[in-house]
Amino acid sequence: MKLKLHVWRQKNKSAKGAMVTYDADNISPNMSFLEMLDVVNEGLSNTGEAPIAFDHDCREGICGSCSLMVNGVAHGPQDATTTCQLHMRSFQDGEELYIEPWRAKGFPVLRDLIVDRSAFDRIIQAGGFISVNTGAAQDANAIPVRKLDADEAFNASACIGCGACVAACKNASAMLFVSAKVGQLSLLPQGQPERQERVLNMMSQMQEEGFGNCTNQYECEAVCPKQISSDYIARLNREFISATLAHPNTRK
Amino acid sequence: MSWVNRALKSPIGAKVMMAVTGIMLTGFLIGHLAGNLLIFAGPEAINSYAEGLRKFPALLWLARGGLLGAFIAHLAFAAQVTLANRAARPEPYAFNNTVQATWASRHMVLTGCVMLAFIVFHLAHFTWRVTDPQISAMGEFDVYQMALRGFRQPPVAMAYLLAMAAIGLHLSHGIASLFQTLGLNHPRYNRGVRFIGPVVGVGIALLFASIPLSIYLGYVN
Ligand code: HEM
Ligand code: FES
Repeated sequence: MKLKLHVWRQKNKSAKGAMVTYDADNISPNMSFLEMLDVVNEGLSNTGEAPIAFDHDCREGICGSCSLMVNGVAHGPQDATTTCQLHMRSFQDGEELYIEPWRAKGFPVLRDLIVDRSAFDRIIQAGGFISVNTGAAQDANAIPVRKLDADEAFNASACIGCGACVAACKNASAMLFVSAKVGQLSLLPQGQPERQERVLNMMSQMQEEGFGNCTNQYECEAVCPKQISSDYIARLNREFISATLAHPNTRK
Repeated sequence: MSWVNRALKSPIGAKVMMAVTGIMLTGFLIGHLAGNLLIFAGPEAINSYAEGLRKFPALLWLARGGLLGAFIAHLAFAAQVTLANRAARPEPYAFNNTVQATWASRHMVLTGCVMLAFIVFHLAHFTWRVTDPQISAMGEFDVYQMALRGFRQPPVAMAYLLAMAAIGLHLSHGIASLFQTLGLNHPRYNRGVRFIGPVVGVGIALLFASIPLSIYLGYVN
């Protein structure tokens, strides 16, 4: 396959970036999208140009490192798939592709296609955990959990924190991410003691990081590689409203 | 009351206020629509309804005050949310794409501004009666004649129809959206809720539009 790529190039955090056009030749339809970029980078290295910087790690769809907007869709055109698991057979020979980094105030570009997603870490640090004194792990069945709740918590916990929801959201809101993290803990008994302050603190951290407000357009769930449903956002809203009304001052 | 302040400035708090004020405004629209449809029952029906409204001035002003308050709050929170959302993505995408967001959901500010402009015109037209000397000269409660005179003029009828299109679009997203915002969500009812928004929104708009349309086309005279 042959492709024409328009790729965002930016030297560092403070440099001004621009879209640069490259030809990608000798691409096999069985390559992953990242392998296609590896091939392009090999060509660039051979001519002495700096390779295109992009994030990746596991390349098996579980770590959440890879990103990329491909023609304006986070992780490219295939549903429920990370960029590392996206194959070139999803594209046509001769196609033109626009490859851009996640765009959000909360995700500043570090270089080329790499953005700083530590805002997500700070949101987790604000409340996305349970405080447990150390000791031997409890027997897994010691605390009964309703099957439905366990399933719903499990579905939320599938979130790999890749940030596609922010990238796809017209408002660069991180509500799907926060809702998955709040959802998984508020559904389980272990999450109850810190339930109220968790949702208030995580939401205010999200706001502090400069992410936008959800306007219920559901672009996030459409691109989520783990198919986290926007129903978790309704649950988050519910948690936030009840925490605000019942325990307004539990927040840090 | 700092928790109130903090809640109102938070993303969810602001959206909850928009949903609550949106419900109040939609409730008013439905009441207003029911009253207006009396025009199809003839001049006495609608004129005596209009006169009846004025019989309880205290109630009337209470309702007007509440409505104005809800309206201003809706606008203020809309501005707060919209400005924060614009600031959240300083650098736009070179290639913009949309997967499933509806046109209505992406143009709430546009349809809202059309409605705002319309409301000012509508009040000037029928409440303050300053846009048309013939209407200014009419008796206070001759709503029927006022409507006939207004909607026989093509530009006026067109303006009303345009505004109704904006209301239909705004509400078709707004009504479905407010359930999500308030967290009223359950797998059993979600499909119904996403269906109800467009049905109620477009329904309200079509029923309102039937009035200028049937007068303009001569079905009511
Ligand atoms: C009769 C007047 C109006 C009614 C009945 C109405 C109704 C609604 C409703 C029910 C919502 C949904 C709230 C939610 O998502 O929870 C909404 C949202 C909104 N309205 Fe209005 N509205 C009116 C006027 C306006 C005006 C004049 C503006 C002008 C800017 C406006 C701008 C917005 C915006 C920006 C949203 C947020 C959309 C979103 O979050 O998806 N509205 N409105
Ligand atoms: S590289 Fe780990 S999810 Fe794509």
